[in-house]
Amino acid sequence: MSERFLMKGNEALAEAAMRSGCRFFFGYPITPQTELAAYMAKQMPKNNGVFLQAESEVAAINMVYGAAGAGARVMTSSSSPGISLKSEGISYIAGADLPCVIVDIVRGGPGLGGIQPAQSDYFQATRGGGHGDYQILVYAPSSVQEIVTLTAKAFDKADEYRMPAMIMGDGMLGQMMEPVEFFDKRDESTLPEKPWATTGTGLKREKNIINSLYLKPEELENKVIARYKRYDKVKEKETMFEEYFTEDADVIIAAYGTVARIALSSVRLARQEGFKVGLIRPITLWPFPEKIFAKRSETAKQFMCVELSMGQMIEDVRLAVNGKCSVSFYGRTGGMVPNQEEILEAIKKLF
Amino acid sequence: MQELTIAGFGGQGVLFAGKVIAYAGLAADKYISWLPSYGPEMRGGTCNCQVILSEGSIGSPLITKSDSIIVMNKPSLEKFETSVKSGGMMIIDSVHVDVKTKRNDVKAIYIPAQKMAEELGYSKLGNMVMVGQFIKQYGEIPFDTVLESLKNHISQSKAKLLEANIEALKAGYNFEG
Repeated sequence: MSERFLMKGNEALAEAAMRSGCRFFFGYPITPQTELAAYMAKQMPKNNGVFLQAESEVAAINMVYGAAGAGARVMTSSSSPGISLKSEGISYIAGADLPCVIVDIVRGGPGLGGIQPAQSDYFQATRGGGHGDYQILVYAPSSVQEIVTLTAKAFDKADEYRMPAMIMGDGMLGQMMEPVEFFDKRDESTLPEKPWATTGTGLKREKNIINSLYLKPEELENKVIARYKRYDKVKEKETMFEEYFTEDADVIIAAYGTVARIALSSVRLARQEGFKVGLIRPITLWPFPEKIFAKRSETAKQFMCVELSMGQMIEDVRLAVNGKCSVSFYGRTGGMVPNQEEILEAIKKLF
Repeated sequence: MQELTIAGFGGQGVLFAGKVIAYAGLAADKYISWLPSYGPEMRGGTCNCQVILSEGSIGSPLITKSDSIIVMNKPSLEKFETSVKSGGMMIIDSVHVDVKTKRNDVKAIYIPAQKMAEELGYSKLGNMVMVGQFIKQYGEIPFDTVLESLKNHISQSKAKLLEANIEALKAGYNFEG
């Protein structure tokens, strides 16, 4: 076994980003993700990288836009209200087909809301957040170790599909410490070529242009359609989920992130008491693992979505099961987190 | 599995106490989670952290019922007293908490941690006295492993306090109630 470190989710994410070849970090502090920026501030200069605390979230995301256009591996991080501010920039980055990684350590909202864990930014993450026809990859880790593997993946997939990728965690995941193992630092010469980047022509090639403005509607439509063809490929190849005890389950719980861990504990307790219950944990929120939900809706009697919100992912679950099963909801919001007994009670009520 | 809650005032070293136990658990090859309260209560008010030590992977990092609690002030006793499992354990700093627990189905250990730390000349190390006593009661992590892991993980800025921390840990470990 390689060395195990005990780290906060926020710190592990920052370390994994640097090991993935992230050389630029632009951010603005906000609880509960501040340790991520603090770690970057300390470590980036030692790793031949740039840490810059911008004057605002809007500035930070536009710095990401610039660095991404120049072909760098670049990241920003924030929490819910900060992501709202970044949303305009994210739309521009998606519109210019640029890769970057955005971290959202979600807190209760709307408005300034609170600073405790929440998942009420599911819509914002999976439905765009900014304006226009676009999607971003959204990864939802449920442990500090998974933060590390998904951060590496987010950088790779963002580059591969030339689109922003988001790591969406909640305050609990950002703040908690767990043992974690790291992969070796990525050899930067193995990073993908970016022939489209604005790195200077050296008088050897045509100039590259980074742009999201297309005044001719025919041209814009073609751009968007081409992008959606790429999204189809992402849906086909990049969907990730885990399932537990689903094959014979009458009731299937859908939950992601840290809540999925709490719900899994509840599912295990329910199984001990003889209840036929299972769990599907989407790891990618976009693309949503709709096929497994459709498949399990053939054998399960009903689904229950458990979220730290008033019910957002439930819409995707309903779309995926397409009327074959009823889908109910249990959630807490505003920074409240249900414990395993509470979810267990909600499960038992379905039988 | 051991589910431990540590609670006290902000500034008493509640989070650090949890980290010392978590690092020791790491060195003893256990599965661990460490979850702090990170609300505004950290700045001066009450503060707590939850540590889970386990032989297998940990589901919920949130503790509903604790096997043990380490209590470093009176409001924390009031808040967490009822959350200890029957047959569980309370380690209470009897300097900061001038009452006894109402529970008679738990093992309650009263230790004058604050006074013991002051006698050693380190008024801020009551937390380590408490950790020392917990390690003894818990019994699944060798005391030497705790000292060794503390040496490996204490930050450079606090390195000069290593010996003091070790003395306080030892005092807590050797305390007989």
